Amino acid sequence: MMQILSILVENKPGALMRITGLFSARGYNIESLTVARTLDPTLSRMTIAVDVDPKIRAQVLKQINKLVNVLQVQDLTEAPSVARELILLKIRASMDARTAILKEAEIFGARVVDSSTDGYAIEVTGDPEKLDEFIDVMRSYGDIQVTRSGVVAVSLEIKKLKLAPPVPAGVDAPEPNGVLQ
Amino acid sequence: MSNLISGAKMLLECLVREGVDCVFGYPGGVTLPLYDAMYDHPIRHVLVRHEENAAFAAEGYARATGRVGVCCATSGPGATNLITGLVDALMDSIPVVALTGQVSSKLIGSDAFQEADTFGITRSCTKHNFMVKNLAELPQVIHEAFYIAASGRPGPVLVDVPKDVFQGQAHYAPVNAIHLPGYKVYTEGHSGQIRRAATTMWEAERPLIYAGGGIVLGKAAPELRELVELTNFPAVCTLMGLGSLPGDHPNFISMPGMHGSYASNMAMTHTDLLIALGVRFDDRVTGRLAAFAPHARVIHVDIDPAEIGKNRAPDIPIVGDIKRVLTKLNKIVAELKPAAAGRNAAARQAWQEQVRAWKEEHPLTPAISTTEIKPQHLVSEIDRLSNGQAIVTSDVGQHQMWAAQFIRFSEPNLWINSGGLGAMGFGLPAAIGAQFARPDKLVFSLVGDGGFQMSIPELATIANYGLPVKIVVMNNGYLGMVRQWQELFYNNRLCAVELDCFPDAELLARAYGFKGRTIDKPAELAPALEEAVKEPGPYLLNVKVAPYENVYPMVPAGGAIHEMVLAPPQPVAVA
Ligand SMILES: Cc1ncc(C[n+]2csc(CCOP(=O)(O)OP(=O)(O)O)c2C)c(N)n1
Ligand SMILES: [Mg+2]
Repeated sequence: MMQILSILVENKPGALMRITGLFSARGYNIESLTVARTLDPTLSRMTIAVDVDPKIRAQVLKQINKLVNVLQVQDLTEAPSVARELILLKIRASMDARTAILKEAEIFGARVVDSSTDGYAIEVTGDPEKLDEFIDVMRSYGDIQVTRSGVVAVSLEIKKLKLAPPVPAGVDAPEPNGVLQ
Repeated sequence: MSNLISGAKMLLECLVREGVDCVFGYPGGVTLPLYDAMYDHPIRHVLVRHEENAAFAAEGYARATGRVGVCCATSGPGATNLITGLVDALMDSIPVVALTGQVSSKLIGSDAFQEADTFGITRSCTKHNFMVKNLAELPQVIHEAFYIAASGRPGPVLVDVPKDVFQGQAHYAPVNAIHLPGYKVYTEGHSGQIRRAATTMWEAERPLIYAGGGIVLGKAAPELRELVELTNFPAVCTLMGLGSLPGDHPNFISMPGMHGSYASNMAMTHTDLLIALGVRFDDRVTGRLAAFAPHARVIHVDIDPAEIGKNRAPDIPIVGDIKRVLTKLNKIVAELKPAAAGRNAAARQAWQEQVRAWKEEHPLTPAISTTEIKPQHLVSEIDRLSNGQAIVTSDVGQHQMWAAQFIRFSEPNLWINSGGLGAMGFGLPAAIGAQFARPDKLVFSLVGDGGFQMSIPELATIANYGLPVKIVVMNNGYLGMVRQWQELFYNNRLCAVELDCFPDAELLARAYGFKGRTIDKPAELAPALEEAVKEPGPYLLNVKVAPYENVYPMVPAGGAIHEMVLAPPQPVAVA
């Protein structure tokens, strides 16, 4: 089953590696992963689609939460949210198919971003299932090449960020005990 | 700007502020500036003979005290040699800070001499790791590392420091606070759940306390004992939890699991309420999960939310610091006791008797022979001499399991072994760390003839610092635990398990300047061990034991824990 996670993470060195490393170490299969800075440049937001047994969905969340640099993880799989993906699709098509292709593109709200004698390059966004359909339709017109962005998602709920407070450093260190001299 | 200090000195200042009194390490090119700063610094540096053992010694220190152990290695090979120790600390949740040198910042990524991607390599071997990019952040990072290592579910943290950061000069302002907004430590258990747990406990007919390493790490042994005595429930302690209830406590059954006792495993199987405290339902304890504690409701207390429901879904989950949770729980259990304890008292009485009957039916009794030294005989002699008070660091194998079965510990932090990782080569260097941490304690290092040969270089460290560690080699001439599996599950086709060459212990010890001896007669055992204990310095006692002895009871891998094989030669399946 596909689980969609939205992760807010500090932009610290290795943050991405920690998350992908955790997934591979625990045998969770990443279907797609997107990451970019947030409005606060010290933070990034990742959207990860992961293919897991529904029984371990909670476990995946808890493991990510344990990472020191992760500020928040949300499971958007069933929560009120919007998920979108962008694809760039190149299609080689004969002259007589071109009008039909444009029609179909319009139905899916796609835009032609390049046109040549070989065919078109088309950009389309939508929810991932819709895009699967679009790809199927286009395939029926000719050879295609597809680059998918992976899903990005946003929660529609307002969740307060719960952050850990500062703690004293070093000062509560226990008294050193006797060391053999 | 008058008082500039070097990064190396700054690091040592931070260690002092963390209460560090000794560091186990091995120097190299990029840590030269650090070692130069250590030259006239009060923090003690202990020179081990291999970096892996620096990590194990730091663990030994941490396991004996509950405080953070520190190890240190140079870049490249020094850092990679730490890996096994880091993973070991991660598996057993041991607070360790590892400091590694790195090539100078401007060389990083150029395949410079002794460059390794330590930060990348150790990501999965640590609870968290850091690479210090500039001197300004060094103090902050060091304090963060200690905080992460010691708090919550403890674990190893590595800090990689490029040489130029050690060498740089800056003004040092002590850091007073650290802020890790994403690092949540759950300490207070949910009071509603704690109350539910207390109520449920008085409703149980066949309750069982299942205590683990979390009790030791959370320093909650007194609270555990209080709970056991308030309720009079029977209790098992896992391999990692031994000593959290005194080994001779009347309610203590023994260790459960693959080599657990009959009574422990039967109690686990028949309980109707499993009170799981600081445990992780490890496969070596549960056997086949589907058949584990099949009739039980489960109360699970752990500081790591990810342990809750990972292997077994609990009925009452409580996330929190075990000491605080038990303190609250005990209070409510005591409050409810007058009104509730009468309920099911008869059933609980019958359960107590059942547990006692199981104990009597198949007790853990050491085999003793007059012609050869049985390994069980050896560990029970160590038990007698330590009287529950000595530290015993064990290596990995059959000897470890026999020690866990037969040596009784009166307190936590005395039984020190590599549980989760099962890393051979752990026992001897761990004893070094433990003896430095607890100079007042008698320390036995019980090792197999296999594991000992992984640790021989550390005899030099022991001799060098005059550590009075009593090294006891249980010498069965084999990689015994592997031989046991080959015998039982591979038709006794023994392959690559004979250890045909073993050094003369007396000569070996003498080569390092201390006493050693080999014995092989049962009559020699007690006097030889006594002699070792009396010796003010180190002692190497090589004990030739019966070579073909196997550890029983044994639950075959993947089996249900009540389906133990109790003894050779005719395996008896118990319903
Ligand atoms: C580093 C490492 N390598 C291999 C193993 C697998 N292993 C587990 S027990 C064992 C045999 C240990 O032999 P020995 O030290 O003689 O102890 P014994 O079992 O004979 O008491 C081996 C090889 C391990 N646990 N750790
Ligand atoms: Mg052996």
